[in-house]
Amino acid sequence: MRAGVQLWLGVLLTGAVMLAAAVSFIWTPYDVTQLAIAAKLQSPGPDYLLGTDHLGRDMVSMLMVGARTSIAVALVAVGIGITLGVPLGLWAAATRGSLTDEIVMRGNDVIFAFPSLVIAILITAVFGPSAINAIIAIGIFNIPVFARVARGAALSLWTREFVLAARVAGKRGARISAEHILPNIANLLIVQGTIQFSLGILAEAGLSYVGLGTQPPTPSWGRMLADAQTFFYGTPRVAVLPGLAIVLMVLGLNLMGDGLRDALDPRLRKTVQ
Amino acid sequence: MIRYAASRLLSLVLSLVAASVVIFALVEVVPGDPAAFMLGLNASPETVAALRAELGLSGSVVSRYLGWIGGMVQGDFGTSYTYRVPVSELILQRIWVSVPLAGYALILSTVIALPIGILSAARRGRPVDYGIMGFTQLGIAVPNFWFAMLLVLLFAITLQLVPAGGFPGWEAGFWAGMTALTLPAIALALPQASILARVMRSALIETLGQDYMRTARAKGLSEGQAICRHGLRNALIPVLTIIGLQFSFLLAGAIIIENVFFLPGLGRLIFQGITQRDLIVVESVTMLLVFAVITVTFLVDIAYAAVDPRLRRR
Repeated sequence: MRAGVQLWLGVLLTGAVMLAAAVSFIWTPYDVTQLAIAAKLQSPGPDYLLGTDHLGRDMVSMLMVGARTSIAVALVAVGIGITLGVPLGLWAAATRGSLTDEIVMRGNDVIFAFPSLVIAILITAVFGPSAINAIIAIGIFNIPVFARVARGAALSLWTREFVLAARVAGKRGARISAEHILPNIANLLIVQGTIQFSLGILAEAGLSYVGLGTQPPTPSWGRMLADAQTFFYGTPRVAVLPGLAIVLMVLGLNLMGDGLRDALDPRLRKTVQ
Repeated sequence: MIRYAASRLLSLVLSLVAASVVIFALVEVVPGDPAAFMLGLNASPETVAALRAELGLSGSVVSRYLGWIGGMVQGDFGTSYTYRVPVSELILQRIWVSVPLAGYALILSTVIALPIGILSAARRGRPVDYGIMGFTQLGIAVPNFWFAMLLVLLFAITLQLVPAGGFPGWEAGFWAGMTALTLPAIALALPQASILARVMRSALIETLGQDYMRTARAKGLSEGQAICRHGLRNALIPVLTIIGLQFSFLLAGAIIIENVFFLPGLGRLIFQGITQRDLIVVESVTMLLVFAVITVTFLVDIAYAAVDPRLRRR
């Protein structure tokens, strides 16, 4: 697929889901906190465009609010990774070869080696299942990812002339990192951010599915799949729709990430990994 | 090589120690006394204290941590609070579901992914390649537990070819067991196969541009022969690493899939432990999984460096 096509398809998919999530703040077809047992498991029709779930809640409204939850959890988790991981990576690169660098990178290796899902399950199980704990559990594992990307990219920049010029001008490591290194690695961080965003959506869905993420009554896609578990034999729709929403969002983000990487780094275009 | 292996071994040990401290600390934070929980409200303080001692819950945090680690090294994983049997016994029953499931999924993933990846690389830039890449992009985006639900819907409910869940046990025969594990293994394998096919493709494309491939073509080998004899061998190294890493990934991923299919594996054991507040089970099984994952990663690193000397420098 051409990088441009990929990028725009990704932007389109992601944008559509994000728009639905944004609109849900001001308007949804029905109120998702209102249960209407009499209208449970309705087929799609003029009243309910995609039907209702086992508690009579409108599927369209549930999917819209669910998008909001999933996006919020994944986005904050990425935010945690960037705000803690990037400074750590920059710091390690600025003091490359020192004890600090060694400690930061070893610490990263340790977290990196952890099976993230297992630890995320343990964290949410111990501190109680909630969206906040899911964010923390997913966010922690984003820290080493961003630290690694930031350090790797920053290391090669430290040998460049403009950094040398900044050092000659008397600037210190922290200032050079912020003023000269960070703007130059922003591209890479954005690409990595999109990838971690999509992994976050999947992780939130998985945790909520096993009951350790978002708690009822807040709708989330993973939660909807968990609820559908007992009903989907008779009404496949209740399980198919939230899953499709997840696929569209993750696919959109991945296409966007790949497209962005190719657009920003033409050397990679040939291999399109 | 020895220096590299030693440095990897050091970080293996560090990772394991850090993991055990994190897991122990997390479980330590949980409010409530398991001994009081087990004995109910009317238990006398003496009985609770006696049970605490029996469960290894008395003593300082450090001595309990050392006791837990020391026990595990010797194969003693503690005693389950709810089942009142050694945790190692519970693990032994369940491991014969989880490990075969992960292995089955790994074989499926490899068997599907390699030919697809090779085909895609050989036809790079053509419609077949675009089709395969689009398909793998989709495969990566599909949550495996949702794919599992769709598989159940199609093969177990609609076509009634396989059971929707449960596990008859290996006593019921090899095929009965394998049948029960087939849908879960397919569900687990799909995203991994998608990733592996992409790795295979890009690794092969990279070698196809090398000088020795030009030489192979120049000496009269057909494109297919050149790929099989020279391209594949060189491209397989990164692919093998990913396969190794995927085993641990699959073992961890099985936790959720086992719940979809009601398979009595390690994943269900963890969840039962969580709901029954049987923390020693949660603690020990989690540590075992982390141990397996970290050790496999370590072995893959070492094996990789053994065949490719360039990697020993970091």
